[in-house]
Amino acid sequence: MNTTILGLSILELSYIVASVTFILGLKMLSSPDKARKGNLIAGYGMGLAIAATILFKEEFSADKWLNYSLILAGLVIGTVIGMRMAIKVKMTAMPQMVSFFNGMGGACAGVISLVEFDHLRHGGEISAGMLIVILLGLIIGSVSFSGSMIAYGKLEGKIADKALPAGQIINIGLLIAIFGLAGYLAFSGHLSMSLMYTLLILSLLYGVLFVMPIGGADMPVVISLLNSFTGMAAAFGGFLYGNQAMLTGGILVGSAGTILTVLMCTAMNRSLTNVIIGSFGGGGATSTKSGEQGTIKEISVTDAAILLAYANKVSVVPGYGLAVAQAQHTVHNLEKILEDKGVDLNYAIHPVAGRMPGHMNVLLAEADVPYPKLLEMEDANEDMASTDVVLVIGANDVVNPAAENDPSSPIYGMPVVKVWNAKNIIVLKRSMGKGYAGIENELFFHPKNRMLFGDAKDSLEKLIAELKNL
Amino acid sequence: MEEILSLFYENREFIFLIIVSIFLGIEVISNVPAVLHTPLMSGANAIHGVVIIGSIIIMLQADPSNYYALILGFLAVILGTLNVVGGFVVTNRMLEMFKKKAK
Repeated sequence: MNTTILGLSILELSYIVASVTFILGLKMLSSPDKARKGNLIAGYGMGLAIAATILFKEEFSADKWLNYSLILAGLVIGTVIGMRMAIKVKMTAMPQMVSFFNGMGGACAGVISLVEFDHLRHGGEISAGMLIVILLGLIIGSVSFSGSMIAYGKLEGKIADKALPAGQIINIGLLIAIFGLAGYLAFSGHLSMSLMYTLLILSLLYGVLFVMPIGGADMPVVISLLNSFTGMAAAFGGFLYGNQAMLTGGILVGSAGTILTVLMCTAMNRSLTNVIIGSFGGGGATSTKSGEQGTIKEISVTDAAILLAYANKVSVVPGYGLAVAQAQHTVHNLEKILEDKGVDLNYAIHPVAGRMPGHMNVLLAEADVPYPKLLEMEDANEDMASTDVVLVIGANDVVNPAAENDPSSPIYGMPVVKVWNAKNIIVLKRSMGKGYAGIENELFFHPKNRMLFGDAKDSLEKLIAELKNL
Repeated sequence: MEEILSLFYENREFIFLIIVSIFLGIEVISNVPAVLHTPLMSGANAIHGVVIIGSIIIMLQADPSNYYALILGFLAVILGTLNVVGGFVVTNRMLEMFKKKAK
């Protein structure tokens, strides 16, 4: 008896310690020099909570050898696969990796609900309250899983943006069906497993249809939102088991994720509803002004190099194209060469450039670009008028003037880097294709602008070679 | 209605904890610079992997002859571990690059 009490005390103590490490970890993740330590601390806390659960949650009994071996096998399999994926993934593919792992957590929560529902059917104590918690865990976990997988597929380029005709109506209908069914299951006392599976399928379907029409520029917001969904699903699990570690961990992520989502929406000057309902790239939004396009001027590598070498101030606007071309080291080399020539160079970072907020910062940090050279968008815009040359590398929607002057554009109102205020613009771009939001960019036809076509890394290398010859 | 009220009463301490945690979550990250948005999202992603504890509890409490619970529980343990391990390792990789820069 005493040993059980001792074990349970150690267990609860571990949960408290784990909860504290989660809070500290999140706190430290918010400051650049402590972030890494914060992540490690939260990781240790997680390890402690897992180990304590296995050792002390139930008294060990030999006839449960199968249970214990399956737990250990699951941990080993998950660790090996998770490690391999996380170590092999390229920096550019990080966002979809986060989305993938988020989906795994959602699926885990959904599966837990399935088992607990089945458990209740076989003589557990049934209360509407517990049922509601289980059902919500299933719904939110499943939506998070299928939604994350779609987001993953989209960022990997395996799934195209598609909007169903009348998609909104279908989605609302689905939501009504989901909650109607959940209400019936919770209050009728009729614990049908087939109804539970129907609920699972409807929720999975909702996750798919929810993310499907949302276009690239909004994907970061969606991943962040789904991240907080999984947090909530974990919290429901915590409620179910009366487990503080799950509860604090889940709720912290749920609320922090929601705030992060709102911060991202603010960065794009849009509301969350607008992101979800007024989705980009749904086909209908494409180019309303295609008739009014002017002419495009190209620039040769030599001319571009001369323009850069004799500038006083150069600003680089990086975008997803830089990440795709893996050109972060090359752009850093260009920076060093220009600095040697006395050019003042900085980077104008749009908060949602790339596929995730902070994507560009992570990428440029990988190439050892000094921190103070990265200007936030507001500061960069103030400096723009005194900038001689702006080099737009693989960015499109975040430098689109339509956000300022075309109310019919789907990105109207989104803050952008106002590159047109600079004296010269050079856009490095693979082709005249549209940005991820699928809309035209009249910047390319701007009188100050000249295009340097080609792969970003290729063009930058040619520029560097040319600059060395000057 | 009564059942919901009694659920509330029985779990009032948890509900208290939930409310405090919500505010804590908001407070803790409200000053995060844009640079750290991606790692923060990734780190938070790893932390909700705590859901794995639920799957371990299922496995511990399942009757060894209840294959439904054992198979699904086993699956849940794998899924949860993927979330935890993948989440923390990816976050660490992202943050490694920030550290290099600090030199």
